[in-house]
Amino acid sequence: MLDSYLPILVLIVIAVAFAVGSVIMSRLIGQKKPGEVKLAPYECGMPPVGSARERLSIKFYIIAMLFIVFDIEAVFLYPWAVMFKRLGLFGFVEMGVFIIILLIGYVYVWKKGALEWE
Amino acid sequence: MNAELLSLSNAPWLYIGAMLVKILVVFGVTMGIVAYATWAERKVIGHMQTRLGPMLTGWHGLLQPIADGIKLFFKEDIIPSQASRVPFILAPMMILIPSLITIAVVPFGTDLVVNVGGKAYAIPLQITDLNIGILYILAMAGLGVYGITLAGWSSNSKYSLLGGVRASAQMISYELAAGLAIIAVFMLSETLSMREIVLQQSGSILDWYVWKQPLAFVLFLVTGTAEINRTPFDMPEAESELVSGFCTEYSSMKYALFFMAEYANMIVVAAIMATLFLGGWAGPTPWGPVNLLGKIFAFMFFLMWIRATFPRVRYDQLMKLGWKVLLPLALANILVTGIVVVLQQ
Amino acid sequence: MEVLFFYLVALVAVLSGLIVVTAKSPVNSALALVNTFFCLAVFYVMLHAPFMAAIQIMVYAGAIMVLILFVIMLLNMGVEPHKKPTHIAWGAIGGTLVLLVSILFIQRGDTARAVGNISKDVVLREGHTALIGKAMFVDFLLPFEIASILLLVAIVGAVILAKKEV
Repeated sequence: MLDSYLPILVLIVIAVAFAVGSVIMSRLIGQKKPGEVKLAPYECGMPPVGSARERLSIKFYIIAMLFIVFDIEAVFLYPWAVMFKRLGLFGFVEMGVFIIILLIGYVYVWKKGALEWE
Repeated sequence: MNAELLSLSNAPWLYIGAMLVKILVVFGVTMGIVAYATWAERKVIGHMQTRLGPMLTGWHGLLQPIADGIKLFFKEDIIPSQASRVPFILAPMMILIPSLITIAVVPFGTDLVVNVGGKAYAIPLQITDLNIGILYILAMAGLGVYGITLAGWSSNSKYSLLGGVRASAQMISYELAAGLAIIAVFMLSETLSMREIVLQQSGSILDWYVWKQPLAFVLFLVTGTAEINRTPFDMPEAESELVSGFCTEYSSMKYALFFMAEYANMIVVAAIMATLFLGGWAGPTPWGPVNLLGKIFAFMFFLMWIRATFPRVRYDQLMKLGWKVLLPLALANILVTGIVVVLQQ
Repeated sequence: MEVLFFYLVALVAVLSGLIVVTAKSPVNSALALVNTFFCLAVFYVMLHAPFMAAIQIMVYAGAIMVLILFVIMLLNMGVEPHKKPTHIAWGAIGGTLVLLVSILFIQRGDTARAVGNISKDVVLREGHTALIGKAMFVDFLLPFEIASILLLVAIVGAVILAKKEV
């Protein structure tokens, strides 16, 4: 079975070589005339104001946290989907309970307004 | 005589040779499509806007991608003085590499039978068939988010950071909906192997999963478009508000890698969609690779058409669509599929 | 050949692990951790557990590390000023102890030679995903349903943590 992963290894090596190679090549070929203004962060031609790394909205954390939870739910669903026809009604009820419990959480998140992006 | 499946144990050198040829051909074709997709996109959108698009380099601008490539190679590679160097250099590679290696599990034809030394070997037209095929794709697609997040953060520019963070939140949200949408297909196929999923649809056009799972198809179409940040979901770039989003500070070949990744991702999403819903290489013509490429081109043309037609959605609308519409629809589709399958049994 | 490859990946995994704890910039540290996860996925594949490998990348590298990266980036944690490490001696003693205990366990060898019902051949014949499905949805039904409650708690926790006005 490990045989079937050999091509992936080769492909990874090729892809990495391509990406790294082209960046290094352009670094070697391209001209280099650095200047203070050229190396400054772009801000529509004005001198940059303040730091770019400010704290951002909490919304992004909520999305990332909810993503983890629902991603794990999806992970449970893959082996279930593959086994589904063999499990039959039993499997359906089983996963139905699982999904309904998580749907309660989903409704809670919705009601609490964590999905709003005002 | 029955053909034996070629493997590393029964004919090692033939296997390695066939593997290298397959990898190089697929890699070459992918890069070729990536290069000419940039030309096609400019042409298609040009003509849709009653312009001509590139005309000067070669016949109807056919040499434009090559000219662009050479130009980008010779451009100065700028690393802003305030950037975090290591992530800044790694980010473009981290976004291109996953999109190039996902193509490995996409099957593009029936087995090729060759005779060597009096024995017949069957070479599957697919770089490799993993029995977790689609999970491999999802895992690799999930890694793509790092490239964008890091590109945005490491540039240390306000536009880049906003673009990068928006992009990563969008990508994870739609990755989730896309992952849930395709589960309904596996409930019918009982396998995650891309090769077997195509074989199950190879009877006739009526066997395609798009007929049994139309909602999943539409969901995947929308989430796929959002996942690769194409219009109308191109919030990360949003050139009218964020200059160029996460790649604002990039130049030269690093910038080109972002562009290549975008088109490579289009090919990947098109290939997944063709494989899961439209019969992959099977049908309508007898030539496998032609079928698959035709379906990929059709989807890419569709994306360009969409780009020329629709305005960009607002970010709050985008997140609302992902979390409040597509996610529940995908779950409902799983439940409905479950009920139908149980009733049929 | 396989053994050689194992040691190569193991070396990369350990080196990335070292970078995780020594890197000054938290982002570089997080990236090294992603690389460690990737190496672990390779180990899972080598142990004929491809489903676990995919999940390792999807959940750990693709979801949890993204959240950690968000936190690092958005809380604007800069490069840590270089401090002289304290408690080196305690760290060394603790590390050596852990190493000794693990060597002891490996030497006992029970884990290496243990043979269960599911051998490599069974995995190859039935497929790793289907086997996990069977184990989870037939043999371990109750833990699976309890996992959903755990996830529900996680959802509620996430919302309460992030929203002040609950």
